[in-house]
Amino acid sequence: MAEFSTNPATLGASRMDDGPRGPRPRRVLSSTNIMLYGTLIIVALYYLLPLYVMIVTSLKDMTEIRMGNVFSPPVEVTFQPWVKAWAEACTGVNCDGLSRGFWNSVRILIPSVLLSITIALISGYTLSKWKFKGSEIFFAILIVGAFIPYQVMLYPIVILLRDSGIGISNAINTVWLPVCETFGGECRRVRVQLFGSLSGLVIVHSIFGMPILTLLFRNYFASIPEELFKAARVDGAGFWGILFRIMLPMSLPILVVAIILQVTGIWNDFLFGVVYTRAEAYPMTVQLNNIVNSVQGIKEYNVNMAATLLTGLVPLTIYFVSGKLFVRGIAAGAVKG
Amino acid sequence: MTATLRIAEGHSPAPKSEVGHSVQVKDLDLQFGAVKVLNDLNLDIGEGEFLVLLGPSGCGKSTLLNCIAGLLEPTDGQIWIKGQNVTWKEPNERGIGMVFQSYALYPQMTVEGNLSFGLKNARMPKDEIRRRVARAAEILQIEPLLQRKPGALSGGQRQRVAIGRALVRDVDVFLFDEPLSNLDAKLRADLRVEIKRLHQQLRNTMIYVTHDQVEAMTLADRIAIMKGGVIMQLGTPDEIYNRPQSLYVADFIGSPSMNFITGHLEGGTFKAGGMSGGVVLPMEGYRFATPQVGDRPAVIGIRPEHVITGELVASAPVTHEVTVELVEPMGSDTLVWAQVAGERFRIRMDGQARVAPGDRLPIGIDPSRASLFDKKTEDRL
Repeated sequence: MAEFSTNPATLGASRMDDGPRGPRPRRVLSSTNIMLYGTLIIVALYYLLPLYVMIVTSLKDMTEIRMGNVFSPPVEVTFQPWVKAWAEACTGVNCDGLSRGFWNSVRILIPSVLLSITIALISGYTLSKWKFKGSEIFFAILIVGAFIPYQVMLYPIVILLRDSGIGISNAINTVWLPVCETFGGECRRVRVQLFGSLSGLVIVHSIFGMPILTLLFRNYFASIPEELFKAARVDGAGFWGILFRIMLPMSLPILVVAIILQVTGIWNDFLFGVVYTRAEAYPMTVQLNNIVNSVQGIKEYNVNMAATLLTGLVPLTIYFVSGKLFVRGIAAGAVKG
Repeated sequence: MTATLRIAEGHSPAPKSEVGHSVQVKDLDLQFGAVKVLNDLNLDIGEGEFLVLLGPSGCGKSTLLNCIAGLLEPTDGQIWIKGQNVTWKEPNERGIGMVFQSYALYPQMTVEGNLSFGLKNARMPKDEIRRRVARAAEILQIEPLLQRKPGALSGGQRQRVAIGRALVRDVDVFLFDEPLSNLDAKLRADLRVEIKRLHQQLRNTMIYVTHDQVEAMTLADRIAIMKGGVIMQLGTPDEIYNRPQSLYVADFIGSPSMNFITGHLEGGTFKAGGMSGGVVLPMEGYRFATPQVGDRPAVIGIRPEHVITGELVASAPVTHEVTVELVEPMGSDTLVWAQVAGERFRIRMDGQARVAPGDRLPIGIDPSRASLFDKKTEDRL
């Protein structure tokens, strides 16, 4: 290559005569570029400004905030608001800050993400590669579920969770109590509670994640060549064999997409969290609201800002970490077999 | 050939001996909703035979192969392999190996992983797996590639691995679904020879689906030409080429394709065209399919390569003169376009022939090498 890119100064003169040659020269500072990048920079600043204000405010103490210079950086940096937001802020009777909500959210998030992705992976795989009679109708019904507003289903699900909790308890007890008594132990009734507990919320999240995730997986698996699936069947792999040994190793990109979708969706959820759990089990978002919107006492802006940033930290991290993974995943998937 | 065929249409060759069935397709029907893809199809494939299913896209040839493999459930009928009814068996229980057009290698596994996947699923001991993989790799000369992933292989190498995947399973029947269609012309010719060599070496039954007539003619012991879910003709490449049973088969096989002249059969002589440029072909020496053929409208088919040119014209049974309209030089031979009895007529000449548009060209026709069809039924006369 290097040999051919000869010095333009020596060759230029002789080549001038026969007109344009090679790549067309492009001006970096053209009016189009100035407009384009100028607009982009302004829009970026506009969207970054609130974040800047939040960070700056969370690092000031209340006296400095009261002086009113919203945009000025803190004169004296203090991390006290962050500590207070995490460990001391009061919601109702609990004064252990956001940490309780954080751990609640983690305990909701992990099983919900695992359960919803597992269910959607299997149903998407079935609906694309093991079509059965009526599978298309089944899929259509599932997709319709995505279009029904959540609010319509809120109360029915409250009843459903409450009653199925009671039902499961009764079912277990009718078997468990007689067995227990024959061995002469101290027997207490087993009580399964779905409504108001974390497990209930996990179930709700898994159900509501199903339509969109199933669609995602179904379409991804549908794009995997049919012949690969046939080859695996000739090789004697069954339903699970093909899923785990052929399809799953090829699904990293779509798994990352599903994880991003579910982690941010479930972490940011407020409605289900406030409806289907009790005060001690509130997820972080609900607790954040309770801290920020408390009407008693003075408004501690710095604590509120710190609390909000803390809550937003998880989805933010997911975006940063998985963004890279996402690109790598797509690149790995691009190698055709 | 050790097999018989019964075709719904009726032109069945005489049943041959019943020894060594490998694959039998019995009264197979397949419908997708209201669409009949396969229609009461019967096929007997002998032990060690190389059968090619040939036809245009959508004729049901791949569907038939998928039915034999057990990847598609037939609406009705049976599949027998090695004297066993396998209609309800899973693909891996049928003793078949399959090679696909798109190779269908597992992208995340190495070549060795691809070859051993089926054996691992069958819970075969590790030593045996290693032995079989090594043998297949040796036969196909892919030993240096064993630790590579499919993404790092060329098209030809990928298809070898795909063949190897069928080979390691040590099956009775190989199924090929257009295995060479994704390769470029040169590689296709190379791999075609290699598949033929493989068949001579292994003597397995092979069923091969293609739309490429060169592949069909070169590889097959017998060719089944399919159209609209039925077999139009089943026979050796020689039979198919020289004695096509219908106008469809005659037109489908051969490149450049056969010349057809519509006319009339009168007292054993074929006549076409009016006063100018008409032809009269006495059909002496032509082997009629049935002994008594009455007068009727007919179509005669003459292959461009069977048209006699040059010095031999004088000794030809029928001679004629045409005006050259177009010349297509192709190196090894030259295709000349002209008109006979008002219809397009192609003549294949030697590549060294010097002809130009406008030339008068004497040609000779040998009616015994032609094919005569009934105009209405399109069946061979």
